[in-house]
Amino acid sequence: MKPQTRIAQRFVQLGVLVAILVAWYWATLPGHVNQLLLPAPLPVFRNFWILFTTSSIWPDLFVTVREWITAFLIASISGCTLGYVISRSAYAVRVFDPLLAGLYSIPAILLFPLYLLFFGLGPGSKIAIGTTIAFFPIVLNTIAGLAYVDKAYITAAKSMGANDFQMFWNVMMPAAFPVVLTGLRLGCIVAFLSILGGETISSLAGLGHRIVSLAENMESAQMFGNILFAVAMAFIINGVVSFAEARGRRGMQ
Amino acid sequence: MTERKGPLMSPGIARLLVILALVLLWEIGARYYADPLFLCPPSQAVGALQHIFADPKIVNAIRVTIYEVVVAFLMSVAVGMSVGLAVGLHGFTKQSILPVILLLYATPQATILPLFVLSFGIGPAAKIAFGVSHGIFPVIVTTVAGVQNLRQPLLTAARSMGANRLQVFNAIIFPHMIPSFFTGMRLGMTSVLLGVLLAELYVSTAGIGFYTRLFAESFSPPDLFALIAVLAAIAVTLNELCRTAERRFSRWHAS
Repeated sequence: MKPQTRIAQRFVQLGVLVAILVAWYWATLPGHVNQLLLPAPLPVFRNFWILFTTSSIWPDLFVTVREWITAFLIASISGCTLGYVISRSAYAVRVFDPLLAGLYSIPAILLFPLYLLFFGLGPGSKIAIGTTIAFFPIVLNTIAGLAYVDKAYITAAKSMGANDFQMFWNVMMPAAFPVVLTGLRLGCIVAFLSILGGETISSLAGLGHRIVSLAENMESAQMFGNILFAVAMAFIINGVVSFAEARGRRGMQ
Repeated sequence: MTERKGPLMSPGIARLLVILALVLLWEIGARYYADPLFLCPPSQAVGALQHIFADPKIVNAIRVTIYEVVVAFLMSVAVGMSVGLAVGLHGFTKQSILPVILLLYATPQATILPLFVLSFGIGPAAKIAFGVSHGIFPVIVTTVAGVQNLRQPLLTAARSMGANRLQVFNAIIFPHMIPSFFTGMRLGMTSVLLGVLLAELYVSTAGIGFYTRLFAESFSPPDLFALIAVLAAIAVTLNELCRTAERRFSRWHAS
């Protein structure tokens, strides 16, 4: 690609962002959009900055991050284990793979009221919904990765007398790793998003809870500051996880 | 585990047996060991189905949810397709605008849910808008990916034979986009359903989300499970419709 084109593209991207900011500012001028619905950019950025200079967000952030990590750990351990067990037999794959894929197409968020009933308003129900939603991409990708390893590798390793452990560690793992990693990345991200969603619907603490209670108190500028924080966090998570996936994939080759 | 050459039964039957075994386990567990305030056996949930379909308010709620999902889905497909085509058909716009769209796609929409309620109220409008905010992005991204599959020589050939824009679209761009178009529709449908349900669970006065919340809060698990089953059936049906369409229309496309 020509360097001029690249520079022009950067300008267009910058232009789009600037245009959004200008439109936002214009919309908040007196007589346009109500300040309660859309606060002006400057107070929002000020409130965003306050989140870093004061420690008021830490307790909520801690709750959300703990829920997220717990849910991801449970989902990845159970998903990888179940996926491994199923992938051991081609017959089991044909029985369970469509079953799990079918369950995956049901919107799991519908179970959230049930989880509220089971686990209460606290972190338990968010961990449960995050785990449920993250479990499916992880288990399905584990099966897809392990069950469709090139048969030639397996035959070759068997004929050279590899035992079960060697087979798993030296043949199956490296071959399946990229696909499994993709599942883990998806699981990590959807766990975060669904926990935010759960906190928004009903909760006692956490980032989503913070945003909702600010919205209900009509503290629009503060709410937007917090939304900006959550969005920034999602971007960073996305970036870090994608980077880890790319690194892990390269490390295995 | 051993690898059998001829399995005892076909995988489909084994799958049914697994489902039956799980339901049976649930039935026994819920009937003898669980607190009836929290969990009910599946037989009671099936019984509650009757009661749910007899209540005109709940039937209306199901209708409201289907209406919201369908409107949000149609809007997502129409707007997403147009945006995807506008962005994807030119290399320059694709390189420059697509990253901005992906940036927006990565935003956790759940955090801006209160905004939708503030601006669209607690009626169906907020649910539709929130559903569109979920469904539009997969449609855009798959449309752009579909345009990418277009073979340039075909376009050049058509243009050099004097085809106008409409003809190029009908004869080349559209047929080539069909496989990814239906993939986008399926992903969009899943996302729209998620968005609409999230919004209904958050705050609403009608719709399935409202009633699932009500049944959970009033400790009546049979109704809750029955309603979840109805919604799961709707989700699976919509998903299968999209998948069938996907298979049917991409059959000509051998590659």
